[in-house]
Amino acid sequence: MAQEMTIGEALVSALGEAMEQDRRVVLIGGGLVSSGPGQAQFARLRQKYSSRIKSPPIAELGFCGIAAGAAMAGLRPLVDIGTATFSYEAIPQIVNEAAIAYSNSGGQTNVPVTYFMRYGIRGGGGVQHSGSPQPWYWNTPGLQVAMPSSPADAKGLLRAALLRSQNPTIFFAHERLMDERGPVPDGAYEIPFGQAAVKHEGRDVTIIATGVQVPRSLAAAEGLAKEGISAEVVDPRTLEPLDKNTLLASVKKTGRVVVTDESHDNCSVAAGLAAIIADEAFASLRAPIKRVTIPHVPVPFAVSLEDYVTPTAERIAQAARALVR
Amino acid sequence: MLPQISREKQLGILRKMLMIRRAEEHVIRFNEDYEGLIRGHFHVYIGQEATGVSVCEALTPEDYVFSTHRNHGHVIAKGGDPGRVLAEIIGRETGYCRGRAGTFHVAAPDLGIIHTSAIVGGCLALAAGAAFASQVQESKAVTVVFFGDGAMEEGVFYEALNMAKLWQLPLIFLMENNYRRVGRSGTIYKTTSELARRTRAGEGPFFVEARTHPWPGNEGAHPKLVAGSTNIDWAWDAAAVPDAVRSWYAEGDPVLIFARELVKDGGVGRDEIQQLDAAVRKEADEAAHFALESPLPDPQDAVKFAYAGRES
Repeated sequence: MAQEMTIGEALVSALGEAMEQDRRVVLIGGGLVSSGPGQAQFARLRQKYSSRIKSPPIAELGFCGIAAGAAMAGLRPLVDIGTATFSYEAIPQIVNEAAIAYSNSGGQTNVPVTYFMRYGIRGGGGVQHSGSPQPWYWNTPGLQVAMPSSPADAKGLLRAALLRSQNPTIFFAHERLMDERGPVPDGAYEIPFGQAAVKHEGRDVTIIATGVQVPRSLAAAEGLAKEGISAEVVDPRTLEPLDKNTLLASVKKTGRVVVTDESHDNCSVAAGLAAIIADEAFASLRAPIKRVTIPHVPVPFAVSLEDYVTPTAERIAQAARALVR
Repeated sequence: MLPQISREKQLGILRKMLMIRRAEEHVIRFNEDYEGLIRGHFHVYIGQEATGVSVCEALTPEDYVFSTHRNHGHVIAKGGDPGRVLAEIIGRETGYCRGRAGTFHVAAPDLGIIHTSAIVGGCLALAAGAAFASQVQESKAVTVVFFGDGAMEEGVFYEALNMAKLWQLPLIFLMENNYRRVGRSGTIYKTTSELARRTRAGEGPFFVEARTHPWPGNEGAHPKLVAGSTNIDWAWDAAAVPDAVRSWYAEGDPVLIFARELVKDGGVGRDEIQQLDAAVRKEADEAAHFALESPLPDPQDAVKFAYAGRES
C-alpha cells in the first residue's frame, strides 16, 4: 500500500519515525515544510520531542557548527537550513570542520549530521534565493550528497541518513518539488545511499538526471516517445556515494547520453558525471555527451530571463533529439 | 600565592607543565635540527602551560576539550602521551591521528579531544554542539573550548556564545589571552574546578579569561629557543638567565614561577623539583626518540578515511 504525500510531508514523516526509533536523532532548525498538512504533523513532533527540537537564532554558521559538534559527541542531528544559499553562511563549519573531522582524526571522529536545504530556481528567487550548491558539496571530500526527486525517495533516503549514516550528509530537495505529491510506501523503509534508480526504461538515449531534473526528464521522455525516440531516465539519487554501475550500464545500452542537473555549468554535477562516462564508457558512445544545466550567470529575477536559464523539459528533449538524429 | 590544594596535586600539575615545556622544546629542536622534518609553520604552548594543565586537571576523562592550532599542550594536559603527540606533529603513523592531522590539528578522541581546528574560532560552535549533546543525553560531561583572544574577532564567537547562553549549555569558554599577565596555575585550577562543578550542575555556560605573557621565542611563524632549553634552576637563580630574556623567565614563565612558589611556600625542596624535571626530561627525550623512529604512513593510505565505513 502507498499513501500520497508531498516531499515535505515525506521528510517530516521520516523525521518522526527516526526520532521515535533513535533517541540520538535531533532537529535544529525549522520544520522542513512551510505549508500544507506537514505543518500539523511537524507541530505534533515539536510537542512530543520538545527537548530534541531546537529553533535556533538566525545564525547558520553557529547552528551548523553546533550540529556538527553534537554529531561528534554522539547525536545524529538533522539541520533544516531552509534555502540552500543560507548554507553559504555556514561553509566554514560544514566544509572546513564537519567534512574533515573523520579524516583529520585518522578515522576516529564520526560526524553523522544531515544538513537539509532547498535548492534551485524556485520562481522569482532572484540572484540570492535560487542557488544550487550541489557541485560545491559534491566537490568536498568527506560529505555525502543526496538529491531525491520524489517523496518516496526523499523519505527512504532521509531515514537512511538519520538512522544509518556515519558521515555528514548534504540533503537537497528542490524548491519546486517540495509540494509535489507522489506515492510513498507504507511502513518503515530506507533507501541505501549509492543506489541509482532507473526511473523510465528506454533504448535510444540515456538521460541522467538529478533532483528536479528527474520529473523534467520524465516529461521529456514522454514527449520523445511520441516522436519515436525511446529515452531512459536514470536518477543517481545520491552523488556521493555514486552508483556508477547503474549509470554506465544504461549508457552502454543506449550509446547516447544527456546529463542534466539544475546548477551552473562550470565544474557542475553534469560536467562531473559526463567526465566519468567519457572515461569509463567511451567505447560505447555513439555521440558526444550533452549537458543541460544553468548557464554561467547568477539566476536573474525577471520571469523571461529566469525561464531562459532554467534547464527545462524542452531543453532536455532538444538535447536528446539532437543526439539521436 | 599557592592555593589550598594538596601537595601531590601541585606536584602533578608542575610535572605536566614541565612535560609540555620539554616536549615543546623538542618540537622547536625538530625544526632547528632536522631539515624538512617540521613542514610549514607551527605554534608551541610555551608560556601557557599553567592554563592548559590547570584546566584539564579540573576535568574528568569524560569531559570534552576542543582545541586550536596551539593544541600540543592541551593534548598532553588532558592526559596525552607525549610520544604520540610528537609523532603526530611530524606526521607519523603512530601519532594520535595517524599522521593525518599534523601540528595544527592534533585530536585525541580517546581523551575527549574529539576535534581540533586550526581555523581561528573554528571549534567554538562545535564545542557548543558537544555540550548540547551532553545536555540531550543527560550526561554530566562538561565541554571546555580553548581559544585565543583573536577568536573573539570572528563572528562565530558571538553566535556560539548567544546559543550557549540561550540553551544553557554545559560549556566553558576558555579564552587564553596571550598578551598580558601570567595565569597562575593554582588560581586557574581552583577557578576552573569551581566552574566545572557549577557547569555540571546546569549553571553554565561560563566564560573564563586566562591571561598569559607571550614567550619571547614566539616571534614569527617559527618559534625559536631564544635562550636555549629552560633551566629549572632559573626558578631560584634569575641572574643565570640570559639578559635578553631575563624578565620573561623571571616574571612571566608560569613553569618557573610555580616551581619557585612550591619551594618558597609549599615545602618542596629544590632537589625534589630538579629530580622531577630530570625525570620529565628523560621521558620527553624518549618521546622524541619514539616519534623520530616511527614510520611515515603508507603512501597508499592517503585515500583512506575520507568516509567512515569505506576503509576497505
